[in-house]
Amino acid sequence: MKDGLTAGTISITGHGGDEIEAYLARPLDPASPFGSVVVIHHMPGYDAATKEITRKFAANGYAALMPNLYCRDAPGASPDDAAAAARAKGGVPDERLVGDVAGAAAHLRALDGANGKVGVIGYCSGGRQSFLAACSLQLEAAVDCYGACIVNPPPAGMPLKVQPIIDLAKALSCPLLGLFGADDQYPAPAETAEMAKELSALGKTHEFHTYDGAGHAFFAVNRPSYRVDAANDGWEKIWDFYGRYLAS
Amino acid sequence: MCTYLTEKIEVTGSGKGSAGWFALSDATVYFDHPQHAQAEHTLNIDFLNPGKGPSARVAVELTAESARALARAIEATLEATPPGLI
Repeated sequence: MKDGLTAGTISITGHGGDEIEAYLARPLDPASPFGSVVVIHHMPGYDAATKEITRKFAANGYAALMPNLYCRDAPGASPDDAAAAARAKGGVPDERLVGDVAGAAAHLRALDGANGKVGVIGYCSGGRQSFLAACSLQLEAAVDCYGACIVNPPPAGMPLKVQPIIDLAKALSCPLLGLFGADDQYPAPAETAEMAKELSALGKTHEFHTYDGAGHAFFAVNRPSYRVDAANDGWEKIWDFYGRYLAS
Repeated sequence: MCTYLTEKIEVTGSGKGSAGWFALSDATVYFDHPQHAQAEHTLNIDFLNPGKGPSARVAVELTAESARALARAIEATLEATPPGLI
């Protein structure tokens, strides 16, 4: 098996024609045309941990591209300072997110050796954004890792600028894999069950898995929320899912 | 979760960041995912000067217990300060 990869920050065209930075990881010598994944970072931003996740996709045979959703808010700043600046502005507008994912998907489809199939995955706030992208763009597979505020509005008293987007589900363009923690409150199991019910009613292909003993951010290996059993099984689910929908 | 819950205040003073001391103009206080602290959520304080760019920031991430202790210590210190100095 050839397991070489290359990775680094590049410039791509995002929402509104803006040039934005993005972290690209891809196999060096792919044996056959490869599928691709847009990685949506979590709220702490374009950080080392999510770059590591992006490289993990390349190590498993996919091209992966993570747009820096905060680069407009703090050009040239460190990821944590940029995240603070983006947060102070109320986060990433939904329209801009969709435009940036569209730009990333177009870049991936144009890569030499790409098979033209593009999936999306997002963590935390990126989980909601993964669903949003899959309901707004033509994609081949989407993964939502514990994204909240898809069905339920933000809790009262919290001035979140995001709103529920379950009404977009009828436009979901691809199969959806949902990976959640049973101990998570945002999204709580009741919210993801409601989401699954709506997708079933619409006849949308989806697979949801909720792990006992895991809460929010169980994939995050550098945080105390990490749950090795849930994360390992979750990665197996992701490889199986993308293998079915993104591989040639 | 990603709360976005933020208290913003104007402050007067100075902070020492990665490039040295700078004048502060704002502070934000929020409870959300930390960048570095080993907790799922922390009370985060950013001391800022937006006029000098996003890197003009002094950040702390505290557990809720530590944040409350800090708030009490600040109040106690100010209460104990002799009249005329404040």
